Amino acid sequence: MTLKNPEYDFKWCPGCGDFGVRRGIEGALQQHVTEKEQPISNTVVVAGIGCSGNMVHMLEKEQPFGIHGIHGRSLPLAFGIKMANPELNVLTVAGDGDFLGIGMEHIGPQAQRNLNITAVVMDNGVYGLTKGQSSPTSELGAITTSTPYGKIEGKLNPLRTYLSFGVSFIASIMSSKVKDLSALVYDAMNHPGFAIVHVQSPCTEYNNTYEALKGNPSKGIAPLAYDIPEGHDPTDILAAQELLNSDGIPLGLIYKDDTRETFDERSHKTIGVKEMKSIDALVDGFSI
Amino acid sequence: MKKQDFVVRFAGEGGQGVVTSAEGLAQAMAQSGYYVQTFSTFPSQIRGGPTWTQTRISTSTVLSSGDDLDVLVAFNEEAYNTHKDDVGDDGVIVYNSGDFSVENSEKALGMDFAELAKQTGNNRAANFVVMGALAELVDLPIDILEEFNRAKYTRGRPSDQQIIDSNNMALGLGSVEAKTSGFNLGELADAIKPEGDQILVNGNQAISLGAVAAGLEVFIGYPISPATPILLWMEANLVGEGKFVYQSSSEIESITSLVGAGYAGRKAMTSTAGPGFSLMGEGIGLAWMAEIPCVVVNVQRGGPSTGLPTKTEQSDLLTALYPGHGDLKIPVIAPGTVEECFYAGLMAVNWAERYQGPVVLLSEMALSERNQNIPKPDLSKNLGETRQIYQGNNGYLRYDGFELSPMPIPGQSGSYVANGSEHDAMGDTTHLPSRHIQMTERRFSKLNLLNDGSFEEQNSSSNIAVVPWGGSKGPALDAYNQLISEGMDLGWYYTMYIHPMPEEMLNALRKKDLVIVPELNYMGQYASVLRSEGINAVAITQYTGLPFKVRHLVSEIKNLVSNQIKVGV
Repeated sequence: MTLKNPEYDFKWCPGCGDFGVRRGIEGALQQHVTEKEQPISNTVVVAGIGCSGNMVHMLEKEQPFGIHGIHGRSLPLAFGIKMANPELNVLTVAGDGDFLGIGMEHIGPQAQRNLNITAVVMDNGVYGLTKGQSSPTSELGAITTSTPYGKIEGKLNPLRTYLSFGVSFIASIMSSKVKDLSALVYDAMNHPGFAIVHVQSPCTEYNNTYEALKGNPSKGIAPLAYDIPEGHDPTDILAAQELLNSDGIPLGLIYKDDTRETFDERSHKTIGVKEMKSIDALVDGFSI
Repeated sequence: MKKQDFVVRFAGEGGQGVVTSAEGLAQAMAQSGYYVQTFSTFPSQIRGGPTWTQTRISTSTVLSSGDDLDVLVAFNEEAYNTHKDDVGDDGVIVYNSGDFSVENSEKALGMDFAELAKQTGNNRAANFVVMGALAELVDLPIDILEEFNRAKYTRGRPSDQQIIDSNNMALGLGSVEAKTSGFNLGELADAIKPEGDQILVNGNQAISLGAVAAGLEVFIGYPISPATPILLWMEANLVGEGKFVYQSSSEIESITSLVGAGYAGRKAMTSTAGPGFSLMGEGIGLAWMAEIPCVVVNVQRGGPSTGLPTKTEQSDLLTALYPGHGDLKIPVIAPGTVEECFYAGLMAVNWAERYQGPVVLLSEMALSERNQNIPKPDLSKNLGETRQIYQGNNGYLRYDGFELSPMPIPGQSGSYVANGSEHDAMGDTTHLPSRHIQMTERRFSKLNLLNDGSFEEQNSSSNIAVVPWGGSKGPALDAYNQLISEGMDLGWYYTMYIHPMPEEMLNALRKKDLVIVPELNYMGQYASVLRSEGINAVAITQYTGLPFKVRHLVSEIKNLVSNQIKVGV
């Protein structure tokens, strides 16, 4: 829709990883519509602020509902939407600065609730839209516009963070692997609980990590990213921990626990514990 | 002439029964047809600490908590020393002689609360000892209290009768103590029963009931004094299919998830106080920008930062109007009485639904904990309003034009992007000047839909008017009535609809030579708002953490009026 909208005045840079993420999400949504026989209007895309948040305006074809809110608060917005109508398929899109910097405080509560939503995190290790400041996932020592003498804060490991918070579905992927990304987002949407698909989505302008992720044999650079070995059991939390304790960035499904109740299931159970009284009865309760 | 009015303050340590005594007395007296009001102030700690509650009982509607005490009930020596000077000339101090002794006081009536309670076989009957003494001091028939005791403790438990008997005995013992002391305040006139059914509620409860009467569906809040009771009430009562109430992880989460719920079609509310309200500013701005209905209750406490968590003040008015950055001015409803709290809760939800945006309900600590009998609201009509919902085809331009348009609901037709960035008609981000002009004017034009606020007007021909706001209404009206009865030429205007304010009231005030605004803050916030509307407003300020005394307002108003008249001549 937006491509045909002459007023919309935002563009991703050429080569931006977010293009691949968009194609992946579009594929997952389409699959959701056909296989789940759900109209696209049952999906709400909740966007953070930053380059990645513009995803909500750039999706093509039939449009889901969307909300482009405030920096760092995609998860609370999604929480309110999901609890207002648990039938909705709620998907958040945010970057590493939004999700892991200003918005970090909201990951833990959703994990404990096991809120049945999907979060797609586009990690480029930099604040792109504000032109190249360091982010929680920038490397220690990184020279950025806000760390001219090198970043003096360590690099966050998002995947370990998710696992320790108790997120019940954790996947990792690269933006260039569109098909795999699409499949993981689709699986995440079908996961009963809080699912995060963490995507390495490089910023060609300020933090081009394509080479580091994929490696370059001619320069003797070993790839940082690798496919999770076939034998990995994602339901085994110890195996997931082991995977995340080793070097490199594993790609694929890292952890999944679909035995936990979701937040809306738990919430639904409390319905009927007490019946809602009529307003007349509630007022009469204060009769003198 | 019989006494028309009886003011008792119970003071002591938290946990000594201060609040239960005061509220018990209020409940008993309300049951027998008197008008009652309680006012409490607590320390910000869980156990102990100095606490006091004041109960005012009257044969007509109670507007303020009472300047002078007829009786101080001092549970300990600290309470005695702190409060003894607030007792009126003919007043009595009932003190706990088992705890401390008082010498050289002509007002002091000592009795050993615990020892007398012990004699009944029920150590917890001390409250009833005190109530028995109070009844005797104003020649109140003891059966009023016996009936209250019977009703309260008939709970279908085996111990009921024993407790009722011991409490009745305690009433008798207290009564005898007072009688033999020789103290007497004069007979309290018989109750003149209010017409129609009454309920006894506090401000927080009344707000909750009003919001539910409007059809509230979602409530998300975070604990903070003095707003927490609203969250707790909602958790217990707003239940069942289609309802969701939750204690969030922060005020930031409260407001943003509230915006999410409002966007998804629900009538949604949160409650907070100063510090939490500050955190909510950005989220309220999002609701304004993206045109999403939601209600934020701010129960004001005192001071900036953590300030005075358990005291009262009216210092959040400006931040309520302008909680966020950029061009915005949020609708604000500030109830002035417990009864108005109900209608403020109702109208805040209705306004939010009607204009599709955030509404702030500005209450205050003094109202939140004030128990008062009020006329039972008429619930025979459907009081709640619901937003216009879009039901057409897809391809809808949700933000088209300069006025309100129907709102699509996720899961139904008309998908769009609700956007906190400036946007075009379909909700996509844009920075075009023409769009920013259109959307800014559109957002402000919707305020015209909220022009149904009512206001009070008395003696409109006077060139000088008293115009309080919020909880200062009660003491201001007491002062106004007194000045009028003394023959002063003075007008009265009042509305709980702070923004948008009723246009007719604004126009009337613009014609006055002087508008006097009693308000509990340093800056004179409402007066400055009125001045920005072209009104010659002067504030009477107070920032003690406590409500106005009527006597103080009477003298301040007299000063301002006489200065004005001098200037005028």
